[in-house]
Amino acid sequence: MRLELRGITKRFPGVIANDAVDLVIEPGEVHGLLGENGAGKSTLMNILYGLYAADEGEILIDGQPVELREPDDAIAAGIGMVHQHFMLVPVFTVAENIVLGVEHTRRFGKLDRRRASREVGELAERSGLPVDPDALVEDLPVGIQQRVEILKALYRNAQTLILDEPTAVLTPQEADDLFEAIRAFTGEGRSVVFISHKLGEHRAIADRVSVLRRGRIVGTADPRETSEQELANLMVGRPVSLVVDKPPGSPADPAIEVRGLTVENAAGTVVVDEVSFDVRRGEILAIAGVEGNGQSPLVRALTGLQPIASGEVLIAGEPVAGRSRKQILRGGVGQVPEDRGRDGLVGEFSVAQNLILGRWDDEPFTKRQTLQFDVIGAHARQLVEAYDIRTPSVDTPAASLSGGNQQKVVVAREFDLPIDALVASQPTRGVDVGSIEYIHERIVEKRDEGTAVLIISSELDEVLALADRVAVMFHGRLVGPFEMPVAKEAIGSMMAGTDPELAMARGGER
Amino acid sequence: MSGSPPPDEAPQGGTDPATPDAATHADQAPERDGSSTATLTEDERAAEIAAADERARDQGTIGLEAGFAERFVAAVTGTSVLVTLLAFVAAFVVGGIVIALSDGATQQALGYFTARPSDTFVAAWEVVSAAYVALITGSLGGRSQISETLVSATPLILTGLAVAVPLRAGLFNIGGEGQVIAGGMVAGLIGFSFPGLPLVIHLPFALLGGLLAGALYGWVPGVLKQRTGAHEVITTIMLNNIGVLTSAYLLSTLLFRVPERTDPISRPVAESATLPRFVPELRVNVGIVIALLLGVLIFWLVERSAQGFELNAVGLNPHAATTSGMDPGRTVMRAMTVGGALAGTAGASVILGVQGRITTGFSAGLGFDGITVALLGRGRIGGTVAAGLLFGALKSGGRSMQAQTGTSLDLVLVIQALIIIFVAAPGLVRAIFRVRAEELTTAQVAKGWGS
Repeated sequence: MRLELRGITKRFPGVIANDAVDLVIEPGEVHGLLGENGAGKSTLMNILYGLYAADEGEILIDGQPVELREPDDAIAAGIGMVHQHFMLVPVFTVAENIVLGVEHTRRFGKLDRRRASREVGELAERSGLPVDPDALVEDLPVGIQQRVEILKALYRNAQTLILDEPTAVLTPQEADDLFEAIRAFTGEGRSVVFISHKLGEHRAIADRVSVLRRGRIVGTADPRETSEQELANLMVGRPVSLVVDKPPGSPADPAIEVRGLTVENAAGTVVVDEVSFDVRRGEILAIAGVEGNGQSPLVRALTGLQPIASGEVLIAGEPVAGRSRKQILRGGVGQVPEDRGRDGLVGEFSVAQNLILGRWDDEPFTKRQTLQFDVIGAHARQLVEAYDIRTPSVDTPAASLSGGNQQKVVVAREFDLPIDALVASQPTRGVDVGSIEYIHERIVEKRDEGTAVLIISSELDEVLALADRVAVMFHGRLVGPFEMPVAKEAIGSMMAGTDPELAMARGGER
Repeated sequence: MSGSPPPDEAPQGGTDPATPDAATHADQAPERDGSSTATLTEDERAAEIAAADERARDQGTIGLEAGFAERFVAAVTGTSVLVTLLAFVAAFVVGGIVIALSDGATQQALGYFTARPSDTFVAAWEVVSAAYVALITGSLGGRSQISETLVSATPLILTGLAVAVPLRAGLFNIGGEGQVIAGGMVAGLIGFSFPGLPLVIHLPFALLGGLLAGALYGWVPGVLKQRTGAHEVITTIMLNNIGVLTSAYLLSTLLFRVPERTDPISRPVAESATLPRFVPELRVNVGIVIALLLGVLIFWLVERSAQGFELNAVGLNPHAATTSGMDPGRTVMRAMTVGGALAGTAGASVILGVQGRITTGFSAGLGFDGITVALLGRGRIGGTVAAGLLFGALKSGGRSMQAQTGTSLDLVLVIQALIIIFVAAPGLVRAIFRVRAEELTTAQVAKGWGS
């Protein structure tokens, strides 16, 4: 199936989200769509999937104009889409989820489970996406859930599959599996639209890459012949630095001390197992690891959100246990939560309100229990300027900013005051290249001010770019820390649970 | 793998794209865009706003997964003033149709509608306009009408606020009724138990007693939620039942009952605990002043104070509030206590200001009316006070409408319900009046956070 978008224009009040976009998806190709957050990638794909109506332009399938008024039309036309956030029913089985909406029923509307299970099993086999059709979706890891989403599209006989940021939730190994499945899929003459802002992935999987910037296609390139630097420049519209310019740090005394820390989850299972490390003032310790290996409870215990089962945590020499969160935070801890929408920002609050979220009842923002709106506004304008937060005004609700700018709001708030310790989880998740560069620079700046910086990241490139020392978390245990440089491959295999000595030796060979 | 596409498909005017010189396109892009750097930043900004719009759509879908309280808050605070006004128009139009259809003359004229349709319209117009004129003159048409409006509005403002404050913390206080009863019972008890105290001591004592009783009755579901996570909707509904039945029992005991009578009516409140009237012949009393002053205090508390900042943050995103060092449990408990105190004061104002004695069912659904008032006020403090005044006017106007035109008082309740339905379904109003969603969103964004 040859899919063609011709002159697609979509206007939102006061702005053009897609401006005369021409795009051709050839049969059998993986077409990468690259662009910063807010460049119009999702709008374009939502038009293709029938979720938005284009103001101008047409969509042609094999040369015939089609009208896609709603997702059903798109599915009937052979277009499938896997959203970033999965649309699965957790308490249903894999097979039930896949046949949902197109299911075969027996007498009295009884669902033919056996047939569904058999069909799904065969489909999974055929497409190289092995999955147990009778497993409950809620029991499956994210990578497998994504397979279920893809199988859902395949079951509806998709000829063109749109994958919106598919690797955001995957481990490197799972991403490789996904790429394998994509190749098998396109091998049969079907096509894939691959949306991502990770440059390396486009180079790994895409046959062609179209770069969107401010609603326009600014170029189409063969990713194998274009360097990451060139792609990045094209995407951002100016030369960007992919390497953090980081002079060696000058570590002093430790400001974060963790001694034999053990944390249990609500069910009483040990999720952080006897972890010990120091972070010194003026250094960055990065903890790498596939998500779900205990990083989140570690961070939560460090900042007083989760009780400590045994061991101790000292920040600037003071034990965390026994103090309220407010005392810990006001005592000089900055935090960048891993999920900014959930933990970092109040979406409906304005930028200005979010910028005082951790200090709302402190002078000068509050005097005699009354909020000082002029001070809060002035503070916000100053930070918006200093941290280059792109927002129509300081009164704009934070939720309506792009991911990168939301993250800058969090960074501005937490970095503005002198702090002893900074705990940053996934500091650049879902953030565009330009903002990543900026946030990384600020983190290094904070280190040079004499803050002890702890970075938790599942992005290997980020770990390598920022760390002075690196440690890896695996199954609740900490491996390391090791002085940098450590080979990327060595960290990668430690993330997969390889014995550190073996990993270092192998990493060294390469 | 397709290599370079044919020239006619190449984006942006035929340049061969599949080459390493793709990067040079970036340098050319600004020239194509137009000219100056000013346009560029405009573009960037515009792109950000477009992205914002996309996200707003996304949140629409996320909303379905959100909890009831979250969706409820969004429904209450998410509509614009324009929609609220149009909801009124729609409600009165539909209400007018109901009046016309229930009117005998119009029904007769409708019988020969095909022969002389004008008769139907004339008859309908007459009855509807007469009813609405009576509604307006009955609420605002003179000193005594305005007095009655304010008397009706006093408890409605307070119970409205009793729902609005917890609502801002993400809680649905259904317990206004029980809190009104608790407040009224204690205020009345103090009011008749200490005859002979001077007014400056007795009245504040009785009022404060009512306030504290309501606060205690609101604190219970609050602290249950804080400590055990018990859902406030369930606990407050049950506390309403307990309040109604306990008060009925208490009124039959000698603690409250007039000794020489058997019916459940309490002894009368002493003169020294009665809310003074401004003019002897009008029922309007100091209660309305107290309600409005509390309104100002609550406005400061919710919209202007540090406590209010915490309250709103907890209501909108408890996770982020916790991460920032706030204490959602304590905030929830306090919000319910404040709500209870307001409803308790409403109960006190009814007993001490209007009824002068406690009867069974004296609360008369005031606690539930408060939900409607807070809904119409979209959870905002100023809006809730305004909605309380409006519903007070509808209540007193409705009485004279019934007296003068024979239109049932129930119709006022129909109109009130219609207003709320239209407010709660902004999409419906938009469809009726063809207001574009974009205009409404812009209006909301432009509102800012200080308002």
